[in-house]
Amino acid sequence: MKFGVVVFPGSNCDHDCHYVIREVLGQDVDYVWHGSTDVRGYDCLVLPGGFSYGDYLRTGAVARFSPVMKAVEEFAAAGGYVIGICNGFQILLEAGLLPGAMMRNTGLKFVCRFVDIRVETTSTPWTNSAKVGEVLSIPIAHNEGNYQVPPDALEEMKRRGQVVFRYSSPEGSVLPEFCPNGSNENIAGICSREGNVLGMMPHPERASEAELGSSDGLVIWNSLLAHCGASV
Amino acid sequence: MADAKVFITLKEGILDPQGKTLLRALRELGYDEVEDLRVGKYMEVKLTGGDAGTLESRLGEMCERLLANPIIEDYRMEVDV
Repeated sequence: MKFGVVVFPGSNCDHDCHYVIREVLGQDVDYVWHGSTDVRGYDCLVLPGGFSYGDYLRTGAVARFSPVMKAVEEFAAAGGYVIGICNGFQILLEAGLLPGAMMRNTGLKFVCRFVDIRVETTSTPWTNSAKVGEVLSIPIAHNEGNYQVPPDALEEMKRRGQVVFRYSSPEGSVLPEFCPNGSNENIAGICSREGNVLGMMPHPERASEAELGSSDGLVIWNSLLAHCGASV
Repeated sequence: MADAKVFITLKEGILDPQGKTLLRALRELGYDEVEDLRVGKYMEVKLTGGDAGTLESRLGEMCERLLANPIIEDYRMEVDV
């Protein structure tokens, strides 16, 4: 498979993603500059974490008008795989590629620690190798991860199986006390109707090797590789 | 030339973590009369060219596309030509 990691001014998880894709997954990967308007030849685009454009105005609000984003939108509309992690997720929301919006964490603090997230569906390209109810230990690092979506839109997302991950206890109980940021219904990750676009606040690229404390993030990458029939 | 003001506020029903914190802080300072507090954004925009109607509709478009996020925010404009 060929991956493209999009680099915005202020991205700071681009190298981590590039490293995991090349060294851990053994796949082809390039950096794609935010000024680029051509994303032909890629199977999956990664919008990494960071503070694109200094998070001015709202997180992701300026990045979503980067030249590359028009190409990303067309790529996604044509069925290409797109994963937005943390700031990448915020950009996908601002771009309207995923429903909802991000607010400041209810605790008003930047939260940087491992959290547990429960896999809510395995019917996506990103979770087909996981089990429903499986709990993954993956770190978060954000100040604006309080996911908000109007109630009617949320109901529709649930009906369509678009809620992919929820913050939970290590045993998988989804209760408000396990939500680090105030997100609606403990939502940590969602996908598009067609499933090809995933947005999540936790960082799977920081949990892809046991040496880093957890390799639970690998199931997300491996699900995509399995879905696409990539050789590992 | 026109001087415009844009006020961006959180939609009703959207929890405002900053507003809640300031509300608590004011109460701790003894301002018990504070019933509620919500934090918004205020922008001053200088515009040029076009008549008042055009400028206002263009500014509305700017609010819809970039300055406000219609999912969580409302906006209000004042345009002085």
